[in-house]
Amino acid sequence: MAMLTIKDLNVYYGVIQAIKGISFEVNEGEVIALIGANGAGKTTILHTITGLISPKSGSIDFEGNDLIKIPAHKIVSLGMAHVPEGRRIFAELTVLENLKMGAYTRSDKKEIDNTLEMIYKRFPRLKERKNQIAGTLSGGEQQMLAMGRALMSHPRIILMDEPSMGLSPLFVSEIFDIIREISESGTTVLLVEQNAKKALSIADRAYVLETGNIVLSGDAKELMNDDSVKKAYLGE
Amino acid sequence: MGSVLEQLINGLGTGSIYALIALGYTMVYGIAKMINFAHGDIIMVGAYVLYVTVVQFKLPVIAAVAITITFCAVLGITIEKIAYKPLRKAPSLAVLITAIGMSFLLQSLALLIFNANPIAFKSIINVKTVKIGDIAVSGVTLVTLLVTLICMIALSLFISKTKAGSAMRAVSEDKAAAQLMGINVNKTISMTFAIGSALAAVAGILFVCQYQSIKPTLGALPGIKAFVAAVLGGIGSVPGAMIGGVLLGVIESISKAYISSELTDAIVFGVLVLVLLVKPSGLLGKNRIEKV
Ligand SMILES: Nc1ncnc2c1ncn2[C@@H]1O[C@H](COP(=O)(O)OP(=O)(O)O)[C@@H](O)[C@H]1O
Ligand SMILES: [Mg+2]
Repeated sequence: MAMLTIKDLNVYYGVIQAIKGISFEVNEGEVIALIGANGAGKTTILHTITGLISPKSGSIDFEGNDLIKIPAHKIVSLGMAHVPEGRRIFAELTVLENLKMGAYTRSDKKEIDNTLEMIYKRFPRLKERKNQIAGTLSGGEQQMLAMGRALMSHPRIILMDEPSMGLSPLFVSEIFDIIREISESGTTVLLVEQNAKKALSIADRAYVLETGNIVLSGDAKELMNDDSVKKAYLGE
Repeated sequence: MGSVLEQLINGLGTGSIYALIALGYTMVYGIAKMINFAHGDIIMVGAYVLYVTVVQFKLPVIAAVAITITFCAVLGITIEKIAYKPLRKAPSLAVLITAIGMSFLLQSLALLIFNANPIAFKSIINVKTVKIGDIAVSGVTLVTLLVTLICMIALSLFISKTKAGSAMRAVSEDKAAAQLMGINVNKTISMTFAIGSALAAVAGILFVCQYQSIKPTLGALPGIKAFVAAVLGGIGSVPGAMIGGVLLGVIESISKAYISSELTDAIVFGVLVLVLLVKPSGLLGKNRIEKV
């Protein structure tokens, strides 16, 4: 039984159908990449999984919980964190306050402090700037904060929406290194990316999305060598 | 010189009441992005509840005050739940009209229950006038200043230091991201209405102790003045509402005493226009262009 199973999902914005009956699954410990062009429906899928949008039909099962029936604010405590597109950090809160918001549903202060130390170790820059107003961080630092904030909930699965968007190449490499570390520490990763090359290089399996449909799926290494993928997404 | 100071202190007194009310406008705007035009009428409801508990039920002052504040907080939560929550995704004009309707509803209910004749109310604040040199400050003004100061400090600490306060700030910035953190947005909005209405109840109590008369339209004028104060300070900004309210009270009192009591309101609005011309977002408002 997969950790996360999406079946026959249909999502609409008004009369426009953004997701057209897709199904996929994520097994525990995997890094799954969801790749596709701008507007393919990647963000819509993640928003539907974490309850920010309601689907018209379909099912989303996370470790036996039917996520469609669960309100958005109750999903993080099930062990699922979501790093949204465009980071969406709380710009007027300090770095530390943002991180603490990530642990909002946790109550054991000692364990929260342990997680915080671990995050500071992984993102030393956040520690240096913990009392800084988050809106004053650079784009790369804000992405790190968004990831750190999600990790503060101590999730078993983390959903990331285009973490490399708008970052300099140096930061992009750093972000992907961190994603690999997160995976190696035992957290399952569902990664949405337009940067298909980087995403496929760290993923176990991948799904290729086109206008609301999954058009290809399989082993990430094999997809990297697939001619149509190369042409459409890897610019080769 | 003494009388200038006296006017200044009186201005601080009325300004404190404006500030307490303005906090409700600004906090609700910050979190629900709406102007709650029924907010002023909570002051009126508070005044009547105080009257009923103190004069009719003859309850001790402490109990009456506690009941008044609780009643208004619950009323605030209820108004949000039945009137505003169903309109969260509606155009802002629909919300505005609903809020104005809610204001009329509260006034009509008061009219129905207590009729239009003003009720005389004896102040529950029994503090003597204090004289320092040739400056006389009434006991009501002193208590008003003290109570307001305590409320502001408590509110500031709550917003900046507590988990619920941080959650409130997070929700006012980004509701979706706040939900991803596990924050219950509905609960947070309810809490904001409760706090805003409780502060309005405190303002109502202080207001009737000052003016000693209660009628169904009592909340309208301080309500609109406090709204001006909130805009002056920068709507959405908590310190802005505090400063805006106090400033408004002082300008009012000084211009009443030294310029003309007929022109006072014109001067107050003149200052508002001037500030908004120089800084459209208000004194402490964020420089964000907002379409309304
Ligand atoms: N809030 C919205 N209202 C209407 N249409 C939307 C909204 N968000 C996204 N869409 C549409 O849904 C489709 C999928 O968008 P999205 O999930 O954001 O794609 P991606 O993340 O892959 O770029 C696009 O055609 C987009 O225009
Ligand atoms: Mg997207």
